[in-house]
Amino acid sequence: MTTTYLHNARLIDPETLEERQGTVILDRGEIAVIGAAVAPKGARVIDCGGKCLAPGIVDLGVKVGEPGERHKESFRSAGLAAAAGGVTTMIVRPDTTPAIDSPEMLEFVTRRAREASPVRIRHMAALTKGREGREMTEIGFLLDAGAVAFSDCDHVTGNTKVLSRAFTYARSLNALVVAHPQDPGLSAGAAVTTGKFASLRGLPGVSPMAERMGLDRDLALVEMAGVRYHADQITCARSLPPLERAKRNGLDVTAGVSIHHLTLNDLDVGDYRTFFKVKPPLRSEEDRLAVVEAVASGLIDIICSMHTPQDEESKRLPYEDAASGAVALQTLLPAAMRLYHAGQLTLPQLFRAMALNPAKRLGLPQGRLAEGAPADLVLFDPDAPFVLDRFTLRSKSKNTPFDGQRMEGRVLMTFVGGEAVFDHATGGTA
Amino acid sequence: MSFRARHLLGIEHLAPDEIRAVLDLADQYVELNRRTVKRTDALAGMTQINMFFENSTRTQSSFELAGKRLGADVMNMTVAQSSVKKGETLIDTALTLNAMHPDLLVVRHPSSGAVNLLASKVNCAVLNAGDGRHEHPTQALLDALTIRRAKGRIHRLTVAICGDIAHSRVARSNLILLGKMENRVRLIGPPTLMPSGVAEFGCEVFDDMAAGLKDADVVMMLRLQKERMDGGFIPSEREYFHRYGLDAEKLAHARPDAIVMHPGPMNRGVEIDGTIADDINRSVIQEQVEMGVAVRMACMDLLARNLRAERGRAATGVMA
Repeated sequence: MTTTYLHNARLIDPETLEERQGTVILDRGEIAVIGAAVAPKGARVIDCGGKCLAPGIVDLGVKVGEPGERHKESFRSAGLAAAAGGVTTMIVRPDTTPAIDSPEMLEFVTRRAREASPVRIRHMAALTKGREGREMTEIGFLLDAGAVAFSDCDHVTGNTKVLSRAFTYARSLNALVVAHPQDPGLSAGAAVTTGKFASLRGLPGVSPMAERMGLDRDLALVEMAGVRYHADQITCARSLPPLERAKRNGLDVTAGVSIHHLTLNDLDVGDYRTFFKVKPPLRSEEDRLAVVEAVASGLIDIICSMHTPQDEESKRLPYEDAASGAVALQTLLPAAMRLYHAGQLTLPQLFRAMALNPAKRLGLPQGRLAEGAPADLVLFDPDAPFVLDRFTLRSKSKNTPFDGQRMEGRVLMTFVGGEAVFDHATGGTA
Repeated sequence: MSFRARHLLGIEHLAPDEIRAVLDLADQYVELNRRTVKRTDALAGMTQINMFFENSTRTQSSFELAGKRLGADVMNMTVAQSSVKKGETLIDTALTLNAMHPDLLVVRHPSSGAVNLLASKVNCAVLNAGDGRHEHPTQALLDALTIRRAKGRIHRLTVAICGDIAHSRVARSNLILLGKMENRVRLIGPPTLMPSGVAEFGCEVFDDMAAGLKDADVVMMLRLQKERMDGGFIPSEREYFHRYGLDAEKLAHARPDAIVMHPGPMNRGVEIDGTIADDINRSVIQEQVEMGVAVRMACMDLLARNLRAERGRAATGVMA
């Protein structure tokens, strides 16, 4: 195991929300010393050139196509994309084919992931068998097998009796439930958010109210069952007051939002551009700004990529028929820099939402820039400009809405457990 | 040349002078169509393919006749939706057809945006003959021509569009066109059949028929698209007819010289009373059908001119 001395770095500390110039020594997989004036003997010395050094991103909610859709993304390709994107821990979703809903299945993917990926991978498991919303999974066994959270992803359980029992049972094991707040009736068949744009394009829309209704229902169940609850994506202004109220009343509730909902709006769909079709659909600019503000205030805790690989075939369809989702492991950080350059979020605020908070919520030691924390770090230049060419992405699927767009922010190096897993200078794995 | 478009995908992309260019040329074709010999050679040697992924008798025959009167070789492909796996086949069919070097492709498809997708994959001019709930541009143009010929102008009129606005591509295209030509547009219908965000359209919205029809110059009725209803949008047909069906009593609120339009096919006794539809002093429904052929001839003629010019430039290496 190498010892590494990083100096001349702009340290981004999401715990104190401060930035300062400094040095970091990585040793035995941990951040050993912060602020040492000289390099230890025999250490690899890296001059950071004044660029930013932050805790590696902990991405809550990554879809990998194993099992079932390995042609869209494998643990290997996702891991390489994550390393190049400064994501040091992927929390992968169970919405695979078949779903990760048994301890045997979880052990299988855990083994596959460990062999293939240069970054850390932790797994979520389904809350109900087959994500069908009928019977709960073996939450206890799945926890023992390493599940960090339980989620049916975008399948919303309509039967509140089933859901309340699953919540109640999960509470007894102190398990975290990740839900997709959405009213299933109102959102059925929707491809875009209701409004003038949806109507002019002739596409079926869903009112943002469906998200609030889903959240209201879930929060009532949380109040009843007392479970630890995380809403995967809160994307509308209307959902913020109930969230704020729940937190104020002491419910164990957190919320996330995808980078796409923070940086794009419904008009970006333009002439039926299916790479902009995500779930829930992109919202109005007013909603986007409200949600950005909620991240700044800390009301929304977590920013994630909602990385969802789709092949060309499933996107090259009429808008209504096209698959939802966008890849984002590699574009999460540069897209987040848009919020930094717009003066809406500071770098420590961004890394609080992308690293510290998700790690804390899942009980992981990552996400901090502190002595004794795991040496999972990202070195990046927040100002480096480039034009994104989707075919340069390391994901097997290239369905990014940022194709051809001007971006700022480049990952220079990524460290996992003190080892460099990506180095921009060498153009790949270090 | 004021008509610059390469495809006719929607009214949204047309400028007012392009709309006027279509209508002016269509006026000439109306005269031609009333002669015994109705043939020109504007599209001579060109191939027109009509691809209908959704059943249509009226629009398809109108496009077929328009192409034949312009001298094109016309082929009809009726692709029954049941036998087509959506999407994949759409691109594949488009590429297959493209390899046969058509010059004009007329497409109707049940998915909004499907014609835009198809147009991005082929080298010929594409005409949208209706896509989902999105647009039906030739219908709006033929309606505009009908209004212009009946009223002497297509600006500063009060036009009431009544019925199932939410599911109607005819309503979309018409309200965009009428807005571009500076008319006052009113949308009338039950709130369950109004599209979302309708308040931002720049139209007046009414759920009361009498109030909405007051002093209207043009009354456009829409078909109640029963086949698109996947939930109870209205309580019953008879209540709908009572509140929103056009009869003499409701029409009395419009201007005395107001004209009545309907894109067809009509549900007599559901959205329109039979006697109104047949009243030759008020109804211009048959004229709409006549104008349809002329407008489609004009659109195809103009697109073919642009296509020839583009190919000419490509062949001689002159940049546009």
